[in-house]
Amino acid sequence: MADFLAIWLPSWLALTLAALVHVTLILTLALTAAAAFTWAERKVAGRIQDRLGPTRVGGRFGWLQAVADGLKLVSKEDIIPRNADPLLFRTAPYVSFCASFCVYLALPFANGWVAQPLDIAVFFVLAVAGLEVLGVILGGYASGSKWSLFGAMREAAQVVSYEVPLALCAVIPVMVAGTMDLVAIGNMQAGWAWNWLIFHNPFLFITFFIYFTCAVASVNRAPFDLPEAESELVAGFLTEYSGFRWSVFFMAEYASMFAVSMLAAILFLGGWNGPLPITVWLGLAPNPATGYEPHALLAYFGNFLGMVNILIKATLGVLLMMWARWTLPRLRIDQVMTMCLKYCIPLAAVMFVGTMIYLYAFPVGLIFRSGGG
Amino acid sequence: MGIVFHTVLFYLLAILACGFAVAVVLSNNIVRMAFYLVACLGAVAGLFFLAGADFVGALQLMIYVGGTLVLLIFGVMLTARGPLANIQTSRAQWAMVGLIGASLLAVLLYAATTAGKWTHSGQIVADRSHVSKPTATPIGLALLGVRADRLNAERTDAALGKGMAGYLLPFEIVSVHLVVVLIGAAYLARARRRATTPPMAATSGDSNNLDPGD
Repeated sequence: MADFLAIWLPSWLALTLAALVHVTLILTLALTAAAAFTWAERKVAGRIQDRLGPTRVGGRFGWLQAVADGLKLVSKEDIIPRNADPLLFRTAPYVSFCASFCVYLALPFANGWVAQPLDIAVFFVLAVAGLEVLGVILGGYASGSKWSLFGAMREAAQVVSYEVPLALCAVIPVMVAGTMDLVAIGNMQAGWAWNWLIFHNPFLFITFFIYFTCAVASVNRAPFDLPEAESELVAGFLTEYSGFRWSVFFMAEYASMFAVSMLAAILFLGGWNGPLPITVWLGLAPNPATGYEPHALLAYFGNFLGMVNILIKATLGVLLMMWARWTLPRLRIDQVMTMCLKYCIPLAAVMFVGTMIYLYAFPVGLIFRSGGG
Repeated sequence: MGIVFHTVLFYLLAILACGFAVAVVLSNNIVRMAFYLVACLGAVAGLFFLAGADFVGALQLMIYVGGTLVLLIFGVMLTARGPLANIQTSRAQWAMVGLIGASLLAVLLYAATTAGKWTHSGQIVADRSHVSKPTATPIGLALLGVRADRLNAERTDAALGKGMAGYLLPFEIVSVHLVVVLIGAAYLARARRRATTPPMAATSGDSNNLDPGD
C-alpha cells in the first residue's frame, strides 16, 4: 500500500498514511472483536448454564450489552491502591494490550492482506504473543496485593511453561510447509478441505488439538485461568484493577484469544481458503491448474471472501474456548503444570518426530496431494 | 525522502532505547528497573526491525525481552524482600561502574565513528529496497552451509567451497552446552531441596521419604 500511495505522495507521507490505515484497521478489528466477544461470552455462558444471558439492552438478543458494559466500565472510578507502585500499575494494562495488538501486525487476513509481510511471521507472532504476560506480571506485582502477586506468579509459571509446547506445535506445520511466511502457508492450503495442513498427516491432526490446548492455556482461559482463579485468589492479578484499566486487560485477553485462533486457522485450518474452492470456481482466485489469473477487482473480492472465511474460523475457535470455559472445571496449579510438562511437551515432540518421518516416508503424501497449490 | 523518514524513526527508537537505559541506571526500584530494561530492549528490537533484520528483531524480542521477563520473575521477585524493594548504590560502586561504562562507551564510540572505514567506503546503503529483503532465508541457508554472502562474491568454484563450512556444528555444540546447563541447573535445584529436608528424615535411612513430591 505504501508503494501504491508513493506514486502520488512523497514516500514519508505515503508510509505514514499506509501505517495509519493498517493500524486503524487492526485496532478496529481487535476492539470490535473484544466487544462482540464480551456479548458472546455472556450469551454462551447463559445458554450453557440454561439461562438466557443478556436480553434487554438493544433489543432482542441484548446485542448492545457490550456498549452498556463499556459505558459502565469507563464511568467507574479509577482506583490506585495505596501500596501500589503508581507508574507500573498504570502502565501494565497498556503493555498487555500493546503486545496482543502487535501480534496482528504479522497476521494475514487473506492472500497478501497483511499489515507487514514478514518472512518469519510465525516466529514473530509467537515472540510477541509471549510478551502479553509482561503486563500481567507488572500489574500483579505493582498492585501491592498478595492476591495479585500470586496471580502474577501463576501466570508467569504457566505462560512460560506453555510457550514451549505451543512453539513446538507451531513448528510442525512450518516444517511441512517449508516456510515461516504465514501468507505462503495460507496459500499452500488452497483448494479442497483435504489440502488443509490439519489433514496432511495423522500427526498434524493430533498436533492441532495439542496446539489448541496450549493456546487456551497461554491466553489464560478456563480451564487454565489460574492467574485469576476467583475461588482462591479473589481475582488474581485483576484484584486491584477497576474500570477502564480492567477493561483494557480484558480487551487484551480477547484480542489474544482471537489472535491464537487466527494463527491456528492459518497454520492448520486452511487460513482464508474455505473447505470448497468456491473462489476458484467463481474466478475470484488464481487457478493453478489452468493458469487463470483473475482481474484485480475480482481478486479483491475473492480476498474479501477469504477474510470473511478466516474471521469465521477464528471466531469459531474463540467460541470453542468459551464452550470449554463454561463446561470444564478449573484445574489445580499442579495439574496445569503436569498437563504441560508430562503430556503436551512429550506429545508435541512425538508429533514432531512423527511428522518428520512421515515427510521422509511419503514425500508426496500418502493419500492426498501435498505438493502445494 | 525515504532516507529521512527512516532517520526520523531511527532517532525516535534510539532516543527511547537510550532514555530507558539511563532510567535503568537511575532508578532505585528493582522492578521498575526491570521494566525499563524490557522497554529498552524492546526499542533495540525496533531498531533491528527498522534495519530490515526482522529475524534478529524477533529473536531480540523472544530471547532478551522474554528472558528479562523470566529474570524479573524468578531472580528479582523471589529475592526482593518488600513488595517494592529499593537498591542503594554506594559511591565506590558508582565509581567502578562509571569507569567500566565510560571505557566501554569510548570503545563503542571509536568503533562507531570509524565505521565508514571498514564498510562500503562510507556510502549510505539505507534505501528501502535493501530494507524489504528477506533476512531469515540467508541465515537458515548459512546454518546448513550455503553462505549467501559468499555466493554473491565473484569467485571460482574451488574458492567458493572454502568458506562454506556453515554454522550447523557450532550451533549444535551450543545447543548441547545449553542442555548440559539446563540439566545441571535442574540437578542443583533438586539437590538444594534435599539438603533442606529435616535431619530426622535424612537419618531415617529410607530415601523414599525424602522427596515425596518428586
